[in-house]
Amino acid sequence: MTDEIQATKEIYDSSKRPHPLIEEFLTLIKYRDLLYQFVSSSIKTRYKRSFLGVIWTLLNPLLMMVVLTLVFTNLFRFAIQYYPVYLLSGLILWNFFSSTTIQALQGMILSGGLLNRIYVPKSVFTFSALGTGLVNLTISLVPLFAITLFLGMKIHLSILIMPLAILLLAIFSLGIGLILAAAAVYFADMLPVYEVILTLWMYATPIIYPADILPADRVWLLKLNPMYYLLQVFRRPLYEGVVPGWGEWAIAASVALAVFIAGSLIFTSKINEYAYRT
Amino acid sequence: MHTAPERYDVQAILNEKYDVYMQGVSVLYRVPRERFSGIKEYAIRLLQRRLQYEDFWAVRDVSFQVRSGEAFGIIGRNGSGKSTMLKVIARVLMPTMGRVVTRGKVAPLLELGAGFHHELTGRENVFMNSTLLGRSQKETERLMPEIIEFAEIEDFIDAPLRTYSTGMIARLGFSVASALRPDILLVDEVLSVGDSHFQEKCLARMNSFRAMGTTIIIVSHNMNTIESFCDHALWIDHGQIKSIGNVREVVAQYTG
Repeated sequence: MTDEIQATKEIYDSSKRPHPLIEEFLTLIKYRDLLYQFVSSSIKTRYKRSFLGVIWTLLNPLLMMVVLTLVFTNLFRFAIQYYPVYLLSGLILWNFFSSTTIQALQGMILSGGLLNRIYVPKSVFTFSALGTGLVNLTISLVPLFAITLFLGMKIHLSILIMPLAILLLAIFSLGIGLILAAAAVYFADMLPVYEVILTLWMYATPIIYPADILPADRVWLLKLNPMYYLLQVFRRPLYEGVVPGWGEWAIAASVALAVFIAGSLIFTSKINEYAYRT
Repeated sequence: MHTAPERYDVQAILNEKYDVYMQGVSVLYRVPRERFSGIKEYAIRLLQRRLQYEDFWAVRDVSFQVRSGEAFGIIGRNGSGKSTMLKVIARVLMPTMGRVVTRGKVAPLLELGAGFHHELTGRENVFMNSTLLGRSQKETERLMPEIIEFAEIEDFIDAPLRTYSTGMIARLGFSVASALRPDILLVDEVLSVGDSHFQEKCLARMNSFRAMGTTIIIVSHNMNTIESFCDHALWIDHGQIKSIGNVREVVAQYTG
């Protein structure tokens, strides 16, 4: 073995580490196959022992839609055309957001102390929550389009812009997920607290009701809700058949990026402490 | 001989053929004095300014170095800081104070089967475990036949892990972790798993790694393992070095 070969060996020096944000980013790229493993195993284990398997992912939002459509069109008499499509597009989006962020919150804790046994990028649990969420979202787009066609609604070319809306939503969810993951390390009761927040947040977002039922003096509430903008750019291409304007995209993108940057900074600022606490 | 010099740089490691440097390493665990687990309690305590922590130094001002290619034992009673030290070397824990430098690929053989998933098959778990150690999917595929053969579970590799015995899981864990020869191997009390036939296989593999230049650091309560395997040893007590040097002398002091 020559010195030249030895010199190429990877040197780790605890006193000369790059900024945690950069280090985390580089490690995550290096461990990308682990990310894939986490996503595929979480999907496999979800379906492996269940009889209906992947059908549940298709059926769940559909059943939810049937129930809510019955309740709201009969009880509250929303005069919305193609209400099931309006509802289902919102529900799918919300399911993605809530399941991704809840999984991110639980990820590091439920990893069974992996964090304090092996060196892994700490954000891999949050990213894999997102990966799993994206797979399930993609699957649940199938019933959404099926219902749309079934009800005889016209699908416009504008739906081709939906992946961009999903991308923004993913960035937003990742940001929230990183904040929750960091918080969950310090507070054991983070999940019940967050679940309450989620419920409130869902009703504050026009998912099951039309935005215009809000009284004029309450519309500002909607404008404060980042989820509203993300929902609009996702739903309008399908439900209204229009491509949202630049202004709408700009707001949605700024909100998503701002939350993601905040999440990344918060998460990495405490990154060396996680292994001490899980 | 084994205490690190006052000042050193990365170049010194390259020149002097050391693989692990620890200089003044301390690890502090902050344990809240009163148990609080939730946000509500935390907020109340914070307002009352009653948030007090108990400082627990798991490792205190430890300096030593391990030569390339040697086997180095760490001994001490339970809770003396042995495993914490391995975690610092494995980059799992960032030292609160001091400096750690390692050269080369570090492979932890800590708690075999950490991260195993009982619903997944043996093969799927190999992929999971191998990527957890930082290997790529491709590399794992290439190593797969050898991993399966060494673990001696050819017939069960596609059965879910929940059907495995404890011994089989341990075998698979060791086989995955040791599938590639690392530059630095960290072994934490894992040689007690499996039957004697497999234990011998593990030892043989570790010996062959060593013959090829791998540095091995072993934590164990078994003095026979330490004495027969290591060149040098370190006795740690309450997070501090009690004794360091030739393995026989250190073990004699520890047991005496």
